[in-house]
Amino acid sequence: MKKYFSFFKLRFSMGLQYRTAAFAGIATQFVWGSMEILMFRAFYEADASAFPMTLQATCSYVWMQQAFLALFMAWFMENEIFDSIVDGNISYELCRPINVYDMWFARSTANRFSRAILRCFPVLIFSAFLPAPFGIMAPVSVSAFVWFLITLILGALVTIAFCMLVYMTCFFTVSSLGVRMVAVSVVEFFQGGVIPIPFFPEKLQKVMELLPFASMQNVALRIYSGDLAGVQMKKAIILQVFWLVVLVAIGKGINRLAMKKIVIQGG
Amino acid sequence: MWNSLQLYAHYFKIQFHSAMEYKTSFILTCIGQFLVSFNVFLGVFFMFKRFHNVSGYTYSEVMLCFGITLMEFSIAESVARGFDTFPSMIANGVFDHIMVRPRNEILQVLGQKIEFTRIGRILQAVVMFSYGIMKSGVQWSLAKVGTVLFMLLGGAALFCGIFLIYAAICFFTLEGLEIMNILTDGAREYGKYPVNIYGKKVLFICTFFVPYALIQYYPLLYLLDKGAWWYTLLPAGGFLFLLPCYGLWRLGLSHYKSVGS
Repeated sequence: MKKYFSFFKLRFSMGLQYRTAAFAGIATQFVWGSMEILMFRAFYEADASAFPMTLQATCSYVWMQQAFLALFMAWFMENEIFDSIVDGNISYELCRPINVYDMWFARSTANRFSRAILRCFPVLIFSAFLPAPFGIMAPVSVSAFVWFLITLILGALVTIAFCMLVYMTCFFTVSSLGVRMVAVSVVEFFQGGVIPIPFFPEKLQKVMELLPFASMQNVALRIYSGDLAGVQMKKAIILQVFWLVVLVAIGKGINRLAMKKIVIQGG
Repeated sequence: MWNSLQLYAHYFKIQFHSAMEYKTSFILTCIGQFLVSFNVFLGVFFMFKRFHNVSGYTYSEVMLCFGITLMEFSIAESVARGFDTFPSMIANGVFDHIMVRPRNEILQVLGQKIEFTRIGRILQAVVMFSYGIMKSGVQWSLAKVGTVLFMLLGGAALFCGIFLIYAAICFFTLEGLEIMNILTDGAREYGKYPVNIYGKKVLFICTFFVPYALIQYYPLLYLLDKGAWWYTLLPAGGFLFLLPCYGLWRLGLSHYKSVGS
């Protein structure tokens, strides 16, 4: 466990180095967030009664999504891992007395969290100062905030566990670009990245909420704005834990299979 | 001019052969590209399942707007997305090779990397465009067909201009700026709705600074019988926009210092 933690620490401090890149990223996220909110405003003005959440909750959702983008976006995968599989550098990793799956998991976690921590505060602070419905609101209650933090971490872990599956497929296909693109757009859509899950028609929403993708950003962002509470919230959290266990189990299974079959082609 | 086209055709052929060396990967990536852009469409589709109009536009009107914008972007992308790799060309010295050759730099930069898998995305744009045109319920006349064509050309010019700016800025910063994504992918993403739904300020910026509205919102009003006839002429703004972009490129070029690696 200790060695994986040091991988985490190493990556984490590395991620904190890229401050200029983070600055440019933050500016981009402001604009994306603002445009998204302006779009929702237009729909709100068209028909307020058809809105499934309050406008305030929707805006908080959008800002939170922008602030913690690095935790949940599937396209934020590590090229290094893909490259190491393709160019054979993986052989070095295999020589070490560690489990490749666990190491990559620790590494991805560190990358995502360091990036998110660097980037979230400016977005959060700025959006807190925006006028009433368009800014981010204070959390509805202390307990909601605590649950928000817990589900935020759980959701990020589910996302990473899913990305691990995509890395694993690379052992079998070599060129992973196609698989990767499809996976990214499926995750994006079903986790509520295009439009939040409550905006979908009811039947579809019921199905979507059961999928592993809904256990990513959807739960945390909706708990924060008070859209998800009580029994519904508990169910969602149990589902998150369930999917995390399942995805990690599948990932480890594939990993074991791949390690048996792997052939390093010289080089 | 003819000579340049021949050169580009030659680049095209070489790149095509190299892409065909990895056929399975090529086809899978094409499929990926095709599916990816459906997300935007699905987003619009499901929003309209719940709401029946936005700022006075119906679903079919938004689809027309979305189809045209996506098509404009795709045409530009297939011509000029090669600028995307420009930062690495400066960093690894490929641009130095280009400078010493007695041919146009832009042409050579674009020839370095032609991404054929984009065909998936272009195909998707064609599908969305046809769907938008069919769904629109517009009474087509010669003038309106002409307007759509003019929009496609003007829009493609505008997006090419933006890709060119992205590359020109690299002369000064030596690396690509993530913030430029707002102008390229952001414009495609948010161009799905006519720009005026985002409010007056955005419309103002998109009219006078980066003239998206001239290739999307105003001529669209004409197509929907909501605007004056001369809105048809506004996509010309897309071509005018190329001038300052080219100016910036020239400026960057004269400012260029090899990074020497």
